[in-house]
Amino acid sequence: MNKRTVSKLALSMSLVMGIYFGIVLTKSEVVRWQRVHDMFLFHEPQMYLIIGTGIAVAMFSMLIIKRFHGKSITGDLIVYQPKPYHLGVIIGGTLFGAGWAITGACPGPIYAQIGSGVWPAGFTFGGALVGMFCYANLKSRLPH
Amino acid sequence: MIDFIMQPWPWWFSGILIGLTVPLLYILVGQGFGISTSLQQIGAICSPGSKLSYFQNFDKHANMWTLLFAIGIMLGGFVATNYLSAEPIDFLPAAYWSVGGAVRLFIGGILIGFGTRYAGGCTSGHAITGIANLNWPSLVATIFFFVGGLLVTWGLGRWIF
Repeated sequence: MNKRTVSKLALSMSLVMGIYFGIVLTKSEVVRWQRVHDMFLFHEPQMYLIIGTGIAVAMFSMLIIKRFHGKSITGDLIVYQPKPYHLGVIIGGTLFGAGWAITGACPGPIYAQIGSGVWPAGFTFGGALVGMFCYANLKSRLPH
Repeated sequence: MIDFIMQPWPWWFSGILIGLTVPLLYILVGQGFGISTSLQQIGAICSPGSKLSYFQNFDKHANMWTLLFAIGIMLGGFVATNYLSAEPIDFLPAAYWSVGGAVRLFIGGILIGFGTRYAGGCTSGHAITGIANLNWPSLVATIFFFVGGLLVTWGLGRWIF
């Protein structure tokens, strides 16, 4: 396969993986405001168990991939690109957590809610775009 | 079997499938799992002549997959809600289907957009992929996701909800 075919295939697979993840998010009820609220209130362990299991499965998968020098569809060796530490991890992280608690959605669920026909989620998405544009404009003046 | 699928999925099943997203995306798409980069992708597409380094130094071509992934999540949500659920899902409390609710969602959305981009990731990129790869800044980010969420829920709870 030439490079263009491979990149088209990877893009189609991205759409397929999105559908997979959207179904999982919705069926696991991670997309429900009440579930997120109950998580922050420590009312039920559901969300902690889901996220914890997710991390454990991802960690185990990465160990296998590293052990067998796993390659992607594009033929490249699979390597994790570490996200760097800076003050934004703390400040931005706290602000995102606050938004997550208010809206009951992190970025994935926002898309899943919109697809499910929950029109108020359009306001969450609109806000997220405004927030992203604010960051784009303020980036050079923020501590990193 | 059909009943299992049509009911809300148990935590262990959901957790396993969410965790598997990480290796599947690496293998099938060649990318690290993360959703909030799609916001930057949309921003970069919407501002082609921008002088902001955040958009100018961003490779729209290499990150096109984030947009398709986001569109896929919408389709997945549609399929799960309309064809894979025995009962309707109450996504948001009734109070959110109002003008006041819309304002709250919009403000919360701004915090999500600004916060995830400033932190460099959200629940998928930091909490799941980052911690799974023993990337310590991702653990710090995740701790502060909860600091922010707990402060709002316990501190401003009566006032917001």
